[in-house]
Amino acid sequence: METLATLWETFFDLESMREALPEMLTVGLPNTLLLALLSAILGTLLGMLLAMAGLARTRWLRWPARLYTDVFRGLPAAVTILLIGVGLAPLGLAWWGPNPYPLGILALSLIAAAYIGEIFRSGIQSVEASQLEATRALGLSHGAAMRLVIIPQGVRRVLPAWVNQLIALIKDSSLVYFLGLVASQRELFRIGQDYAANTGNESALLLAGLFYLVITVPLTHLVNWVDRRLRDGRAGGPEPDSDDPVALAGEAAPSTGGSGRETRHA
Amino acid sequence: MSVATRDVHLSFGRHQVLRGIDLAVGRGETACVIGPSGSGKSTLLRVVNRLLEPDRGDVLLDGVSVLDQDPDALRQRIGMVFQQFNLFPHMTVLRNVTLALRQLKKLSRDEATELALRQLDLVGLRHKADVRPGRLSGGQQQRVAIARALAMSPRVMLFDEATSALDPELVKGVLSLMAELAGQGMTMLVVTHEMGFARQVADQVVFLDRGRVVEAGPPAQVFEDPRSERLAQFLSQVL
Repeated sequence: METLATLWETFFDLESMREALPEMLTVGLPNTLLLALLSAILGTLLGMLLAMAGLARTRWLRWPARLYTDVFRGLPAAVTILLIGVGLAPLGLAWWGPNPYPLGILALSLIAAAYIGEIFRSGIQSVEASQLEATRALGLSHGAAMRLVIIPQGVRRVLPAWVNQLIALIKDSSLVYFLGLVASQRELFRIGQDYAANTGNESALLLAGLFYLVITVPLTHLVNWVDRRLRDGRAGGPEPDSDDPVALAGEAAPSTGGSGRETRHA
Repeated sequence: MSVATRDVHLSFGRHQVLRGIDLAVGRGETACVIGPSGSGKSTLLRVVNRLLEPDRGDVLLDGVSVLDQDPDALRQRIGMVFQQFNLFPHMTVLRNVTLALRQLKKLSRDEATELALRQLDLVGLRHKADVRPGRLSGGQQQRVAIARALAMSPRVMLFDEATSALDPELVKGVLSLMAELAGQGMTMLVVTHEMGFARQVADQVVFLDRGRVVEAGPPAQVFEDPRSERLAQFLSQVL
Protein backbone atom coordinates (compact mmCIF):
# COMPACT_ATOMS: atom_id res chain seq x y z
CA MET A 1 0.00 0.00 0.00
CA GLU A 2 2.80 2.32 0.78
CA THR A 3 4.34 1.81 -2.67
CA LEU A 4 1.01 2.64 -4.26
CA ALA A 5 0.76 5.81 -2.24
CA THR A 6 4.26 6.80 -3.31
CA LEU A 7 3.41 6.12 -6.92
CA TRP A 8 0.28 8.23 -6.58
CA GLU A 9 2.28 11.10 -5.19
CA THR A 10 4.90 10.76 -7.89
CA PHE A 11 2.36 11.47 -10.60
CA PHE A 12 -0.57 13.17 -8.95
CA ASP A 13 0.86 15.44 -6.33
CA LEU A 14 -1.62 18.28 -6.72
CA GLU A 15 0.49 20.66 -4.67
CA SER A 16 3.41 20.34 -7.13
CA MET A 17 1.05 20.82 -10.01
CA ARG A 18 -0.48 23.93 -8.50
CA GLU A 19 2.98 25.32 -8.01
CA ALA A 20 3.95 24.79 -11.65
CA LEU A 21 0.63 25.81 -13.17
CA PRO A 22 1.03 29.62 -13.30
CA GLU A 23 4.37 29.50 -15.05
CA MET A 24 3.14 26.86 -17.46
CA LEU A 25 0.21 29.05 -18.39
CA THR A 26 2.08 32.33 -18.67
CA VAL A 27 5.45 31.15 -19.99
CA GLY A 28 5.41 27.53 -21.15
CA LEU A 29 2.19 27.47 -23.13
CA PRO A 30 2.83 30.72 -25.07
CA ASN A 31 6.37 29.59 -25.87
CA THR A 32 5.29 26.14 -27.06
CA LEU A 33 2.55 27.66 -29.21
CA LEU A 34 4.96 30.25 -30.59
CA LEU A 35 7.55 27.60 -31.51
CA ALA A 36 4.93 25.33 -33.09
CA LEU A 37 3.06 28.06 -34.92
CA LEU A 38 6.09 29.77 -36.46
CA SER A 39 7.67 26.47 -37.50
CA ALA A 40 4.32 25.32 -38.88
CA ILE A 41 4.08 28.41 -41.09
CA LEU A 42 7.70 28.30 -42.21
CA GLY A 43 7.66 24.51 -42.60
CA THR A 44 4.49 24.64 -44.71
CA LEU A 45 5.88 27.32 -47.01
CA LEU A 46 9.17 25.45 -47.40
CA GLY A 47 7.26 22.20 -47.85
CA MET A 48 5.25 23.70 -50.70
CA LEU A 49 8.45 24.85 -52.40
CA LEU A 50 9.92 21.37 -51.94
CA ALA A 51 6.80 19.77 -53.42
CA MET A 52 6.98 22.08 -56.43
CA ALA A 53 10.66 21.32 -56.89
CA GLY A 54 9.97 17.61 -56.51
CA LEU A 55 7.41 17.81 -59.32
CA ALA A 56 9.48 20.03 -61.60
CA ARG A 57 10.28 18.91 -65.09
CA THR A 58 14.00 19.57 -64.67
CA ARG A 59 16.08 17.16 -62.63
CA TRP A 60 18.13 20.10 -61.34
CA LEU A 61 15.18 20.91 -59.10
CA ARG A 62 13.93 17.35 -58.55
CA TRP A 63 17.21 15.88 -57.37
CA PRO A 64 18.07 18.52 -54.75
CA ALA A 65 14.50 18.26 -53.43
CA ARG A 66 14.86 14.48 -53.20
CA LEU A 67 18.20 14.77 -51.41
CA TYR A 68 16.86 17.35 -48.97
CA THR A 69 13.87 15.18 -48.15
CA ASP A 70 15.98 12.07 -47.65
CA VAL A 71 18.38 13.87 -45.31
CA PHE A 72 15.90 15.70 -43.10
CA ARG A 73 13.46 12.81 -42.90
CA GLY A 74 16.28 10.40 -42.19
CA LEU A 75 17.93 12.26 -39.31
CA PRO A 76 16.60 12.05 -35.77
CA ALA A 77 14.98 15.36 -34.85
CA ALA A 78 17.33 15.74 -31.87
CA VAL A 79 20.38 15.49 -34.13
CA THR A 80 19.09 18.11 -36.55
CA ILE A 81 18.10 20.48 -33.76
CA LEU A 82 21.49 20.19 -32.07
CA LEU A 83 23.47 20.46 -35.31
CA ILE A 84 21.64 23.58 -36.38
CA GLY A 85 20.97 25.15 -32.98
CA VAL A 86 24.45 24.63 -31.61
CA GLY A 87 26.37 24.53 -34.87
CA LEU A 88 25.01 27.81 -36.13
CA ALA A 89 24.88 29.45 -32.70
CA PRO A 90 27.87 31.73 -33.39
CA LEU A 91 26.04 33.11 -36.43
CA GLY A 92 22.90 33.59 -34.34
CA LEU A 93 24.84 35.33 -31.66
CA ALA A 94 26.19 37.79 -34.18
CA TRP A 95 22.78 38.45 -35.75
CA TRP A 96 20.27 38.52 -32.92
CA GLY A 97 22.08 37.75 -29.69
CA PRO A 98 21.88 34.80 -27.33
CA ASN A 99 18.34 33.69 -28.17
CA PRO A 100 18.13 30.03 -29.25
CA TYR A 101 14.59 30.41 -30.58
CA PRO A 102 15.29 31.52 -34.16
CA LEU A 103 17.61 28.57 -34.77
CA GLY A 104 15.27 26.21 -32.95
CA ILE A 105 12.39 27.36 -35.11
CA LEU A 106 14.58 27.06 -38.20
CA ALA A 107 15.55 23.48 -37.30
CA LEU A 108 11.95 22.48 -36.56
CA SER A 109 10.82 24.08 -39.83
CA LEU A 110 13.47 22.31 -41.87
CA ILE A 111 12.41 18.95 -40.42
CA ALA A 112 8.69 19.62 -40.87
CA ALA A 113 9.26 20.86 -44.44
CA ALA A 114 10.71 17.50 -45.46
CA TYR A 115 7.57 15.67 -44.34
CA ILE A 116 5.09 18.32 -45.47
CA GLY A 117 6.78 18.51 -48.88
CA GLU A 118 6.20 14.79 -49.37
CA ILE A 119 2.60 15.12 -48.22
CA PHE A 120 1.88 17.96 -50.65
CA ARG A 121 3.71 16.26 -53.50
CA SER A 122 1.70 13.06 -53.18
CA GLY A 123 -1.54 15.06 -52.98
CA ILE A 124 -0.75 17.12 -56.04
CA GLN A 125 0.31 14.02 -57.94
CA SER A 126 -2.99 12.34 -57.13
CA VAL A 127 -4.98 14.94 -59.08
CA GLU A 128 -6.10 13.42 -62.36
CA ALA A 129 -4.16 14.48 -65.45
CA SER A 130 -7.49 15.26 -67.10
CA GLN A 131 -7.89 18.25 -64.78
CA LEU A 132 -4.67 19.75 -66.10
CA GLU A 133 -5.72 18.95 -69.65
CA ALA A 134 -9.11 20.64 -69.22
CA THR A 135 -7.48 23.74 -67.73
CA ARG A 136 -4.91 23.97 -70.49
CA ALA A 137 -7.66 23.47 -73.08
CA LEU A 138 -9.29 26.66 -71.80
CA GLY A 139 -6.08 28.51 -72.60
CA LEU A 140 -4.55 28.85 -69.14
CA SER A 141 -0.79 28.52 -68.85
CA HIS A 142 0.81 25.58 -67.05
CA GLY A 143 1.65 27.79 -64.08
CA ALA A 144 -1.87 29.21 -63.78
CA ALA A 145 -3.36 25.73 -64.12
CA MET A 146 -1.18 24.44 -61.30
CA ARG A 147 -1.88 27.42 -59.07
CA LEU A 148 -5.63 27.63 -59.58
CA VAL A 149 -6.74 24.08 -60.28
CA ILE A 150 -4.19 21.36 -59.51
CA ILE A 151 -2.52 22.52 -56.29
CA PRO A 152 -5.74 23.56 -54.50
CA GLN A 153 -7.25 20.15 -55.21
CA GLY A 154 -4.09 18.26 -54.29
CA VAL A 155 -3.61 20.12 -51.01
CA ARG A 156 -7.25 19.58 -50.06
CA ARG A 157 -6.83 15.84 -50.41
CA VAL A 158 -3.91 15.71 -47.96
CA LEU A 159 -5.12 18.19 -45.34
CA PRO A 160 -5.55 15.39 -42.76
CA ALA A 161 -1.96 14.25 -43.24
CA TRP A 162 -0.83 17.87 -43.01
CA VAL A 163 -2.59 18.36 -39.65
CA ASN A 164 -0.94 15.15 -38.42
CA GLN A 165 2.39 16.72 -39.23
CA LEU A 166 1.46 19.81 -37.23
CA ILE A 167 0.75 17.56 -34.26
CA ALA A 168 4.19 16.01 -34.61
CA LEU A 169 5.63 19.51 -34.75
CA ILE A 170 3.96 20.54 -31.49
CA LYS A 171 5.48 17.52 -29.77
CA ASP A 172 8.91 17.99 -31.35
CA SER A 173 9.01 21.61 -30.20
CA SER A 174 9.91 20.23 -26.75
CA LEU A 175 13.33 19.31 -28.14
CA VAL A 176 14.53 22.92 -28.31
CA TYR A 177 15.38 22.58 -24.62
CA PHE A 178 18.63 21.04 -25.88
CA LEU A 179 19.68 24.50 -26.97
CA GLY A 180 19.74 25.91 -23.45
CA LEU A 181 16.88 28.21 -22.57
CA VAL A 182 16.83 31.08 -20.09
CA ALA A 183 13.87 31.17 -17.68
CA SER A 184 11.57 33.25 -19.88
CA GLN A 185 12.24 31.06 -22.93
CA ARG A 186 11.23 27.76 -21.38
CA GLU A 187 8.40 25.91 -23.08
CA LEU A 188 5.96 23.42 -21.51
CA PHE A 189 8.27 20.44 -21.33
CA ARG A 190 11.22 22.32 -19.84
CA ILE A 191 9.09 23.96 -17.16
CA GLY A 192 7.57 20.62 -16.26
CA GLN A 193 10.98 19.04 -16.07
CA ASP A 194 12.43 21.84 -13.93
CA TYR A 195 9.61 21.67 -11.41
CA ALA A 196 9.83 17.89 -11.39
CA ALA A 197 13.51 18.12 -10.54
CA ASN A 198 12.84 20.58 -7.71
CA THR A 199 9.91 18.78 -6.14
CA GLY A 200 11.35 15.31 -6.54
CA ASN A 201 8.18 13.98 -8.18
CA GLU A 202 6.93 13.82 -11.73
CA SER A 203 3.60 15.56 -11.22
CA ALA A 204 4.66 18.81 -12.91
CA LEU A 205 5.86 16.83 -15.90
CA LEU A 206 2.54 15.05 -16.00
CA LEU A 207 0.85 18.43 -15.98
CA ALA A 208 3.00 19.46 -18.96
CA GLY A 209 1.86 16.26 -20.66
CA LEU A 210 -1.75 17.22 -20.03
CA PHE A 211 -1.11 20.58 -21.67
CA TYR A 212 0.23 18.81 -24.78
CA LEU A 213 -2.84 16.59 -24.86
CA VAL A 214 -5.17 19.57 -24.57
CA ILE A 215 -3.57 20.98 -27.72
CA THR A 216 -3.06 17.81 -29.74
CA VAL A 217 -6.19 15.77 -29.02
CA PRO A 218 -8.59 18.39 -30.42
CA LEU A 219 -6.32 18.60 -33.45
CA THR A 220 -6.54 14.85 -34.05
CA HIS A 221 -10.30 15.13 -33.91
CA LEU A 222 -10.14 18.08 -36.25
CA VAL A 223 -8.22 15.84 -38.66
CA ASN A 224 -10.93 13.21 -38.56
CA TRP A 225 -13.62 15.81 -39.03
CA VAL A 226 -11.82 17.40 -41.98
CA ASP A 227 -11.20 13.97 -43.45
CA ARG A 228 -14.86 13.01 -43.20
CA ARG A 229 -16.01 16.28 -44.68
CA LEU A 230 -13.62 16.07 -47.59
CA ARG A 231 -14.66 12.50 -48.28
CA ASP A 232 -18.34 13.33 -48.27
CA GLY A 233 -17.78 16.44 -50.33
CA ARG A 234 -15.72 14.66 -52.94
CA ALA A 235 -17.52 11.38 -53.41
CA GLY A 236 -20.93 12.79 -52.63
CA GLY A 237 -23.45 11.33 -55.01
CA PRO A 238 -25.67 13.68 -56.93
CA GLU A 239 -28.37 15.19 -54.79
CA PRO A 240 -31.94 14.47 -55.70
CA ASP A 241 -32.69 17.10 -58.25
CA SER A 242 -36.30 16.90 -59.25
CA ASP A 243 -36.69 20.66 -59.23
CA ASP A 244 -34.81 21.17 -62.46
CA PRO A 245 -37.21 23.61 -64.12
CA VAL A 246 -35.61 23.30 -67.52
CA ALA A 247 -36.09 19.59 -67.97
CA LEU A 248 -34.37 19.45 -71.32
CA ALA A 249 -35.90 16.78 -73.45
CA GLY A 250 -35.06 13.37 -72.10
CA GLU A 251 -32.94 14.50 -69.17
CA ALA A 252 -34.39 13.25 -65.95
CA ALA A 253 -33.13 13.83 -62.45
CA PRO A 254 -30.24 11.46 -61.72
CA SER A 255 -31.76 9.35 -59.02
CA THR A 256 -33.95 9.36 -55.99
CA GLY A 257 -32.63 10.57 -52.66
CA GLY A 258 -32.26 7.07 -51.29
CA SER A 259 -30.09 5.61 -53.99
CA GLY A 260 -28.13 8.84 -54.26
CA ARG A 261 -27.06 8.43 -50.69
CA GLU A 262 -26.08 4.81 -51.16
CA THR A 263 -23.62 5.63 -53.93
CA ARG A 264 -21.70 7.65 -51.38
CA HIS A 265 -20.35 4.52 -49.80
CA ALA A 266 -19.95 2.60 -53.01
CA MET B 1 -13.60 29.42 -88.77
CA SER B 2 -12.54 26.53 -90.98
CA VAL B 3 -10.40 23.65 -89.74
CA ALA B 4 -8.14 21.52 -91.86
CA THR B 5 -5.51 18.90 -91.13
CA ARG B 6 -2.77 17.99 -93.60
CA ASP B 7 -1.09 14.61 -93.43
CA VAL B 8 -1.03 14.56 -89.62
CA HIS B 9 1.14 11.83 -88.10
CA LEU B 10 1.52 11.12 -84.41
CA SER B 11 3.10 8.21 -82.55
CA PHE B 12 3.23 7.35 -78.87
CA GLY B 13 6.52 5.52 -78.66
CA ARG B 14 6.37 2.81 -81.30
CA HIS B 15 2.60 2.94 -81.55
CA GLN B 16 1.46 4.96 -84.56
CA VAL B 17 -1.84 6.55 -83.54
CA LEU B 18 -2.36 8.93 -86.47
CA ARG B 19 -1.00 7.92 -89.86
CA GLY B 20 -1.58 10.77 -92.26
CA ILE B 21 -4.90 12.44 -91.49
CA ASP B 22 -6.34 14.82 -94.07
CA LEU B 23 -9.50 16.57 -93.07
CA ALA B 24 -11.36 19.74 -94.04
CA VAL B 25 -14.22 21.24 -92.08
CA GLY B 26 -15.71 24.37 -93.60
CA ARG B 27 -16.70 27.44 -91.60
CA GLY B 28 -19.90 26.78 -89.66
CA GLU B 29 -19.87 23.10 -90.52
CA THR B 30 -20.16 20.15 -88.18
CA ALA B 31 -17.97 17.14 -88.81
CA CYS B 32 -18.61 13.96 -86.87
CA VAL B 33 -15.68 11.63 -86.44
CA ILE B 34 -16.67 8.00 -85.96
CA GLY B 35 -14.67 4.81 -85.73
CA PRO B 36 -13.74 1.95 -83.44
CA SER B 37 -12.00 2.70 -80.14
CA GLY B 38 -8.27 3.13 -80.54
CA SER B 39 -8.68 4.49 -84.05
CA GLY B 40 -7.16 7.86 -83.06
CA LYS B 41 -10.32 10.00 -82.86
CA SER B 42 -9.57 11.64 -79.49
CA THR B 43 -5.91 12.05 -80.40
CA LEU B 44 -6.91 13.88 -83.56
CA LEU B 45 -8.99 16.38 -81.59
CA ARG B 46 -6.06 17.07 -79.27
CA VAL B 47 -3.80 17.83 -82.19
CA VAL B 48 -6.19 20.55 -83.35
CA ASN B 49 -5.80 22.57 -80.13
CA ARG B 50 -2.21 21.44 -79.61
CA LEU B 51 -2.76 19.50 -76.42
CA LEU B 52 -0.70 17.07 -78.48
CA GLU B 53 1.89 18.03 -81.08
CA PRO B 54 1.94 16.13 -84.38
CA ASP B 55 5.19 14.46 -85.42
CA ARG B 56 4.50 15.47 -88.99
CA GLY B 57 1.87 17.39 -90.93
CA ASP B 58 -0.03 20.53 -90.13
CA VAL B 59 -3.31 21.84 -88.74
CA LEU B 60 -4.82 24.95 -90.33
CA LEU B 61 -7.42 27.32 -88.91
CA ASP B 62 -8.78 29.58 -91.65
CA GLY B 63 -5.75 28.54 -93.65
CA VAL B 64 -3.22 29.56 -90.98
CA SER B 65 -1.05 26.91 -89.34
CA VAL B 66 -1.75 26.43 -85.61
CA LEU B 67 1.85 25.32 -85.15
CA ASP B 68 2.96 28.93 -85.59
CA GLN B 69 0.55 30.22 -82.96
CA ASP B 70 0.93 30.57 -79.23
CA PRO B 71 -0.84 27.48 -77.83
CA ASP B 72 -2.57 29.35 -75.00
CA ALA B 73 -3.90 32.04 -77.35
CA LEU B 74 -4.94 29.36 -79.83
CA ARG B 75 -6.89 27.42 -77.19
CA GLN B 76 -8.86 30.50 -76.21
CA ARG B 77 -10.42 30.37 -79.68
CA ILE B 78 -11.10 26.64 -79.56
CA GLY B 79 -13.54 25.26 -77.00
CA MET B 80 -13.21 21.65 -75.88
CA VAL B 81 -15.66 19.34 -74.14
CA PHE B 82 -14.50 16.06 -72.63
CA GLN B 83 -16.01 12.64 -72.08
CA GLN B 84 -15.58 12.90 -68.31
CA PHE B 85 -16.68 16.58 -68.20
CA ASN B 86 -13.53 17.52 -66.25
CA LEU B 87 -15.19 20.27 -64.29
CA PHE B 88 -13.14 21.65 -61.41
CA PRO B 89 -14.65 19.90 -58.37
CA HIS B 90 -13.32 22.40 -55.82
CA MET B 91 -15.07 25.36 -57.44
CA THR B 92 -18.73 26.26 -57.75
CA VAL B 93 -20.41 25.90 -61.12
CA LEU B 94 -20.20 29.68 -61.52
CA ARG B 95 -16.48 29.80 -60.81
CA ASN B 96 -15.89 26.96 -63.25
CA VAL B 97 -17.28 29.24 -65.93
CA THR B 98 -15.73 32.52 -64.77
CA LEU B 99 -12.20 31.19 -64.15
CA ALA B 100 -10.89 31.59 -67.70
CA LEU B 101 -12.91 34.78 -68.25
CA ARG B 102 -11.20 36.43 -65.31
CA GLN B 103 -7.73 34.96 -65.85
CA LEU B 104 -7.50 35.31 -69.62
CA LYS B 105 -10.06 37.86 -70.76
CA LYS B 106 -9.31 39.94 -67.67
CA LEU B 107 -12.97 40.64 -67.05
CA SER B 108 -13.97 42.18 -63.73
CA ARG B 109 -15.75 39.94 -61.25
CA ASP B 110 -19.13 41.49 -62.13
CA GLU B 111 -18.61 41.27 -65.88
CA ALA B 112 -17.46 37.66 -65.68
CA THR B 113 -20.34 36.70 -63.40
CA GLU B 114 -22.89 38.32 -65.68
CA LEU B 115 -21.50 36.63 -68.77
CA ALA B 116 -21.24 33.27 -67.01
CA LEU B 117 -24.80 33.44 -65.69
CA ARG B 118 -26.06 34.24 -69.18
CA GLN B 119 -24.14 31.27 -70.52
CA LEU B 120 -25.48 29.01 -67.77
CA ASP B 121 -28.96 30.24 -68.57
CA LEU B 122 -28.50 29.08 -72.16
CA VAL B 123 -27.75 25.54 -70.97
CA GLY B 124 -30.59 25.72 -68.46
CA LEU B 125 -28.45 25.66 -65.30
CA ARG B 126 -28.40 29.22 -64.05
CA HIS B 127 -30.10 28.05 -60.86
CA LYS B 128 -27.14 25.74 -60.14
CA ALA B 129 -24.54 28.51 -60.26
CA ASP B 130 -23.65 28.25 -56.58
CA VAL B 131 -23.35 24.49 -56.14
CA ARG B 132 -20.33 22.28 -56.64
CA PRO B 133 -20.23 20.10 -59.76
CA GLY B 134 -20.27 16.95 -57.60
CA ARG B 135 -23.90 17.64 -56.75
CA LEU B 136 -25.02 17.68 -60.38
CA SER B 137 -26.05 14.79 -62.58
CA GLY B 138 -23.70 13.80 -65.39
CA GLY B 139 -25.90 15.49 -67.95
CA GLN B 140 -25.95 18.70 -65.96
CA GLN B 141 -22.18 18.56 -65.49
CA GLN B 142 -21.66 18.18 -69.20
CA ARG B 143 -23.93 21.13 -69.90
CA VAL B 144 -21.89 23.20 -67.46
CA ALA B 145 -18.74 22.07 -69.26
CA ILE B 146 -20.25 23.24 -72.54
CA ALA B 147 -21.17 26.59 -70.93
CA ARG B 148 -17.61 26.88 -69.62
CA ALA B 149 -16.22 26.40 -73.12
CA LEU B 150 -18.76 28.68 -74.81
CA ALA B 151 -18.21 31.51 -72.33
CA MET B 152 -14.84 32.13 -73.97
CA SER B 153 -16.62 32.78 -77.30
CA PRO B 154 -14.67 30.14 -79.21
CA ARG B 155 -14.74 30.01 -82.99
CA VAL B 156 -14.42 26.23 -83.07
CA MET B 157 -15.77 23.58 -80.69
CA LEU B 158 -14.24 20.15 -80.15
CA PHE B 159 -16.39 17.45 -78.56
CA ASP B 160 -14.60 14.32 -77.35
CA GLU B 161 -17.28 11.66 -76.83
CA ALA B 162 -19.28 14.18 -74.87
CA THR B 163 -22.13 11.77 -74.12
CA SER B 164 -20.26 8.48 -73.72
CA ALA B 165 -20.07 8.70 -69.93
CA LEU B 166 -23.73 9.63 -69.49
CA ASP B 167 -26.64 7.48 -68.45
CA PRO B 168 -28.87 6.85 -71.46
CA GLU B 169 -31.65 9.10 -70.21
CA LEU B 170 -29.24 12.05 -69.89
CA VAL B 171 -27.75 11.80 -73.37
CA LYS B 172 -30.55 13.55 -75.20
CA GLY B 173 -30.31 16.83 -73.31
CA VAL B 174 -26.62 17.18 -74.15
CA LEU B 175 -27.07 16.15 -77.78
CA SER B 176 -29.90 18.63 -78.31
CA LEU B 177 -27.66 21.36 -76.91
CA MET B 178 -24.92 20.35 -79.37
CA ALA B 179 -27.40 20.26 -82.26
CA GLU B 180 -28.59 23.72 -81.31
CA LEU B 181 -25.02 24.98 -81.35
CA ALA B 182 -24.41 23.44 -84.78
CA GLY B 183 -27.59 25.11 -86.00
CA GLN B 184 -26.24 28.48 -84.88
CA GLY B 185 -23.29 28.10 -87.21
CA MET B 186 -20.55 27.00 -84.83
CA THR B 187 -17.73 25.09 -86.50
CA MET B 188 -17.66 21.76 -84.71
CA LEU B 189 -15.49 18.68 -84.70
CA VAL B 190 -17.43 15.98 -82.87
CA VAL B 191 -16.03 12.60 -81.89
CA THR B 192 -19.07 10.49 -81.15
CA HIS B 193 -20.64 7.07 -80.98
CA GLU B 194 -24.10 8.56 -81.43
CA MET B 195 -24.82 7.57 -85.01
CA GLY B 196 -28.29 9.14 -84.90
CA PHE B 197 -26.75 12.48 -84.00
CA ALA B 198 -24.14 12.17 -86.75
CA ARG B 199 -26.81 11.33 -89.29
CA GLN B 200 -29.04 14.27 -88.37
CA VAL B 201 -26.60 17.04 -87.50
CA ALA B 202 -23.33 16.40 -89.34
CA ASP B 203 -22.49 18.06 -92.62
CA GLN B 204 -19.72 15.56 -92.93
CA VAL B 205 -19.02 12.19 -91.37
CA VAL B 206 -15.44 11.00 -91.13
CA PHE B 207 -14.72 7.33 -90.52
CA LEU B 208 -11.38 6.78 -88.85
CA ASP B 209 -9.71 3.39 -88.49
CA ARG B 210 -6.20 2.64 -87.27
CA GLY B 211 -5.06 6.22 -87.63
CA ARG B 212 -6.32 6.77 -91.16
CA VAL B 213 -9.38 8.39 -92.70
CA VAL B 214 -10.99 5.46 -94.41
CA GLU B 215 -14.02 7.31 -95.71
CA ALA B 216 -15.49 10.79 -95.42
CA GLY B 217 -18.58 12.36 -96.88
CA PRO B 218 -22.12 13.54 -96.23
CA PRO B 219 -23.97 11.39 -93.71
CA ALA B 220 -26.35 9.95 -96.30
CA GLN B 221 -23.45 8.62 -98.31
CA VAL B 222 -21.43 7.31 -95.37
CA PHE B 223 -24.33 5.61 -93.63
CA GLU B 224 -26.39 4.40 -96.62
CA ASP B 225 -23.70 3.68 -99.12
CA PRO B 226 -20.40 2.73 -97.42
CA ARG B 227 -17.74 2.08 -100.02
CA SER B 228 -15.24 0.23 -97.90
CA GLU B 229 -15.53 -3.14 -96.29
CA ARG B 230 -14.29 -1.79 -92.96
CA LEU B 231 -16.91 0.96 -92.71
CA ALA B 232 -19.67 -1.46 -93.68
CA GLN B 233 -18.43 -3.82 -90.99
CA PHE B 234 -18.20 -1.05 -88.38
CA LEU B 235 -21.69 0.21 -89.16
CA SER B 236 -23.14 -3.28 -88.96
CA GLN B 237 -21.71 -3.53 -85.44
CA VAL B 238 -22.94 -0.18 -84.11
CA LEU B 239 -26.28 0.29 -85.88
